[in-house]
Amino acid sequence: MATLRTILRRLALLGVMLGGLVLITFTVSNVAPSDPAALAAGPDATRAMIETVRHEYGLDQSLPMQLARYVADLLRLRLGRSIQTGNQVADDLARFFPATMELVLLSMLFSVLAGVPMGLWAAVRRNSWFDHAMRALAVSGVALPAFWAALLLQLVFAVWLGWLPTSGQLSVATAPPDPITGMILLDALLRGQWAVFAEAARYAVLPAFVLALPSLAAIVRVNRAEMIEVLAADYVTAARAHGVAPRRVIGWLALRNAMLPTLAMIGLRFGWTLGSTVLVETVFDWPGIGLYAVNSAIASDFKPVMGVTLAVGVTFMLTNLLIDLAYGWLDPRTRSA
Amino acid sequence: MSAIAIPNRHAALLRRLRFVVWTFTASASAMAGLALVAAFLLLAAFGPALVPYPDDARGAMHLAQRLLPPSGAHWFGTDEMGCDILTRVVVGTRTSLWVGLTITGIAAAIGVPLGVAAGYLGGRARATIMRITDVFLAVPGLVLALAIVAALGPGILHGVVALSLVWWPGYVRLIEAKALTLRHEPYVEAARTMGAGHAWVLARHILPNCISPLVVKASMDMGLAILAAASLGFVGLGARPPAPEWGAMIAVARGYMPDWWWYSFFPGLFIFLTVLGFNLLGDGLRDMLDPRSARG
Repeated sequence: MATLRTILRRLALLGVMLGGLVLITFTVSNVAPSDPAALAAGPDATRAMIETVRHEYGLDQSLPMQLARYVADLLRLRLGRSIQTGNQVADDLARFFPATMELVLLSMLFSVLAGVPMGLWAAVRRNSWFDHAMRALAVSGVALPAFWAALLLQLVFAVWLGWLPTSGQLSVATAPPDPITGMILLDALLRGQWAVFAEAARYAVLPAFVLALPSLAAIVRVNRAEMIEVLAADYVTAARAHGVAPRRVIGWLALRNAMLPTLAMIGLRFGWTLGSTVLVETVFDWPGIGLYAVNSAIASDFKPVMGVTLAVGVTFMLTNLLIDLAYGWLDPRTRSA
Repeated sequence: MSAIAIPNRHAALLRRLRFVVWTFTASASAMAGLALVAAFLLLAAFGPALVPYPDDARGAMHLAQRLLPPSGAHWFGTDEMGCDILTRVVVGTRTSLWVGLTITGIAAAIGVPLGVAAGYLGGRARATIMRITDVFLAVPGLVLALAIVAALGPGILHGVVALSLVWWPGYVRLIEAKALTLRHEPYVEAARTMGAGHAWVLARHILPNCISPLVVKASMDMGLAILAAASLGFVGLGARPPAPEWGAMIAVARGYMPDWWWYSFFPGLFIFLTVLGFNLLGDGLRDMLDPRSARG
C-alpha cells in the first residue's frame, strides 16, 4: 500500500514539524531579550511578584528543564493564563477559534468557487475584455492592504449605502444559536434557525470578502496561467481532434490537470488567510483569535499570543497535510515521491 | 574609431541587451510598475524637501484647521491635529523605503547563504536547513511576527526585526532550488573535474546564476515587506502614531472613519500604489530576465 505508507511518512514529518514549531515558540518566549517572568507577571508587577512568577513558572531552572516542562504542559493543553483576564488560554482559544475558522473557510470557499471558474474563463477567452479585467484583478488584489480595503468597504456598503452591518458577528438583540461547532452560521443552519442564519450571513459578507480578495487574485492568476499552458498541450489537441466535446475537454481534461498548481496555491493561501485574520478581525471587531492575538500583544499579554501562534501553526500544518494527500489523489505520479 | 570598435566587440551583448530592454518596455504593466517605483523613490529622496508644510511631519499642531476636507491648500485634507495629510504621507515614503530595504536585505542576507549551502552541498546539510525552513514556513509570517513583537515590545524597530526574522525562508527555498539544478549542469561538473575549488564554482557559476531570480523576488518583497510593516503599524504593534508612518496613520484615522474618510483613504492609497508598483516591476523583471517563465 503505497498510499498508506505515504500517509504514515507524512504523519511522521508532521511530528517533526510540530516539534520545530514548539521549539520556535519556546525560543521566542524564553530567549527573547525581555524578561519572560516580567512579561508573565504583567506591566505593573513589583520585583517580588516577578520573582514569585519566575519560581512558579520554573523560569529559574535550566533551559532544557524549562523546555521539558513546556512540552509537558503543551501535551496536556496547558497554555497558561492570560494576565488581562485570568482566563486559561486554552479555553479562550476554544471560544475564539471557531469564529476565525468560520471566516477563513467562508473566504477560502468563495475564492476557490469564484477564482477557479474566473481563471478558467480568462484562459479560454484569452485577450478578451474579461481576460484583461482578470489580469487587473490578479495584480491589484495581492497589493491591496487588507485593513484599508476593509475600512473602505465598510464606508461604502455599511455607512453610505447601508446595505450591510458595519462590524461584529450578530446584532446585540439576537441570541446566537446554541453552540455545536461554535461557528454561528453553521450552528444556525444545523438548528434550523433561518432568521439567525440570514442575519449572521449579512454580518459575514464584508469580512469574508476582504479576506478572500488576495486569495481570489492569486487563484485566478495561477489557474489562468495553468489553463493556458494545459490547453496548448498535445493531449488536449489530441482529445479535440478525436472529437471530444469542448465542454469536456475544458471542464474535465484540462481543468483537472491545471488544478494541481492551483491546489498548491490554495494551500499556501490558506495559511496567508489565517494570518490576515489578524487585520480583518481588528477592523470588523470579529471575535476570533486574530483580534484576540492583537489585543493581547498590545497589552504585552504574552501567553495568549503564543497560544494563537501554536493554534495557527498546527492548523496550517494539518491543512498542508490534507492538500498533499489531495495532490496524490489528483496526480498519481506524486504519490510515491 | 573607438565608436566603431566597441559595437563590433560587444555586438552580441548589445543585441541581447536591446532585446531584453525591448521585452520590458513593450509590456505596459512593467512600465507602469517602473513608473510607480520611480515615483516612490523620487518622493522618498526629495519629498521631504518639497512638501508644503514640512513642520507637520514632526508633530506640529494647528487646532484651528482640524480635519479639513481636501482643498487647494491641503490636497489630501488635514488630520486631527490640523496637520497636512499630503505632507505626512509623502514624508512617510522614507520610512517605508528603509523598512522595505531592511527587511528584504536582512532576509536575503540570511536566506541566500543558507539556500546556497543547502542546494550546493546537498546531503545532511540540505536536509537540516530545509527542515528548519519548512518549520518557519508553517506559521503564517504575520502571526509569527506578531508573536516576536509581543516578546520584544511594540515599535517600528522591533517590527522590522520581527518581520526580517520571518521573511528569510522564502529566499532559502528559491536559492536552494536554483543551486540544486545548477550543481548538476555540465559546465559546473566540468569545472569541478578540472579541479576548480568550491569557492571558485560558487563565485563563477552558482551565485551569478542566482542573481536574476533574486532580483525578481527582492522587487516583489520590497512591496510585500512595506505592506507587512504597515499592517503591524495598523494593529498598533509597529510605528507609533505621531510618526508619519502609513499603517500607523490609518490606525489613528480609523477612529475618524465614516465622516473624515479621506484621512485613511490617502495613506492607504499610497501603500496600495507602492506595493502594486513593486509587484508589477517584479513581474516585468521576471519576463525580461527569464523569458521562459513569461506568462501569456
